[in-house]
Amino acid sequence: MANTLRLTIVTPEAEVFSGEVDMVTLPGVDGELGVFPMHTPLMTQIEPGELVLRRGTEETHMAVGEGFAEITGDHVTIITDMAIEADSIDEAAVEEARRRAEARLAEKLSAEDAALVQATLARATAQLKVKRARKR
Amino acid sequence: MAGLRDIRRRIRSIKSTAQITKAMQMVAAAKMRKAQQAALAGRPYARAMNRMLAELLPTVTDFTHPLMEERPGGRRCVLLVSTDKGLCGALNSTLFREAIKFDPRETVFVAAGRKAAQFLARARRTLLAEFSYKDHPQFAEARAISRFLQEGFLKGEFHRVDVLFMNFVSTLIQRPEVLPLLPLREIRGVSSEPEGAELGTELLKGATEFLFEPGPERVLGALLPHYINFRIYQVLLEAKASEHSARMVAMKNATENANQLVKDLTLQYNKLRQAGITKELLEIATAQMAMS
Repeated sequence: MANTLRLTIVTPEAEVFSGEVDMVTLPGVDGELGVFPMHTPLMTQIEPGELVLRRGTEETHMAVGEGFAEITGDHVTIITDMAIEADSIDEAAVEEARRRAEARLAEKLSAEDAALVQATLARATAQLKVKRARKR
Repeated sequence: MAGLRDIRRRIRSIKSTAQITKAMQMVAAAKMRKAQQAALAGRPYARAMNRMLAELLPTVTDFTHPLMEERPGGRRCVLLVSTDKGLCGALNSTLFREAIKFDPRETVFVAAGRKAAQFLARARRTLLAEFSYKDHPQFAEARAISRFLQEGFLKGEFHRVDVLFMNFVSTLIQRPEVLPLLPLREIRGVSSEPEGAELGTELLKGATEFLFEPGPERVLGALLPHYINFRIYQVLLEAKASEHSARMVAMKNATENANQLVKDLTLQYNKLRQAGITKELLEIATAQMAMS
């Protein structure tokens, strides 16, 4: 068995990442989840938060949205509605989006719209968290 | 000369038709590029999700989700995805030719797109609901359709759901395709790629037991509806790409035909005009000769 993980991250817009990594940390719904090669087959739901992937000594931080992760021995497949690398997050724009979402939540919304805005808010919050953690 | 004036009028009207079809061709070409990109961009996600479920479902033996339940007999529901507007060549008629094959006594229909609803009314088929979707299909639109179908399925109004749509293969080729949606059993891709071959080599063939976190009910309960939603979304994207491609090609042909007609008519017009002039000259010459 290989001692690297083949990681694929796809969003509805594109395939964001595909390649070999040594380790990946996922924001699972039951808490953070570290995955090394030869992990036991696992299917999990992920929530908006931070994903870290390590190649050698190099670490990449990404903000991800809601989605699912499938882990099979040497493959990790993540499908999510958002995946952005920390370096390409535009903090000002995201902060703006978050404020708009919060403002919309204060209005009266149908259940459908409210869920949509909530999701946007969660995504924006996750992006900000990742970006700010990297700065310090 | 009545003939001359008639021809001139026809030339003028055909020219303006050509202008319109030319403009529509340009618009369709621009929209086509966008729609094709959207459809192609969605495919990796759809593929990843297909693979995930194809690996997962065979391993889940001690738990079934209501959406996976197979019930014998009963009615069948077909989601017919068409365009809103016409003028896109044989796209809709090809689609409807497939739709008419379903047994009307056992099949109920759900329409997406105005043309589908009109067709179903004309063909006297049972239409349960009509949905619309925009030029850039939104996920929310797909979710509305998906929720209706899932609810109907869970309530037992129908026992299987298929989607009939024009699958986008290339700008020149769009193929009608029937995609089984519910119950979730076999997992097949929404695209023209040879999905089966790729799936076969990469699949684990249910050799491994999956752990679920947090529990199969929660994970499958979230994953399966999402899968249906996304599948319908991808179908809408493919249908839109097909529509704009077909319209572009149809309008290109129309413009070319119109230009050819104008050319032929102009030739005929000039011939007639020439004949007229010759005749007049002849008359003058004859008259002169008679006078002198």
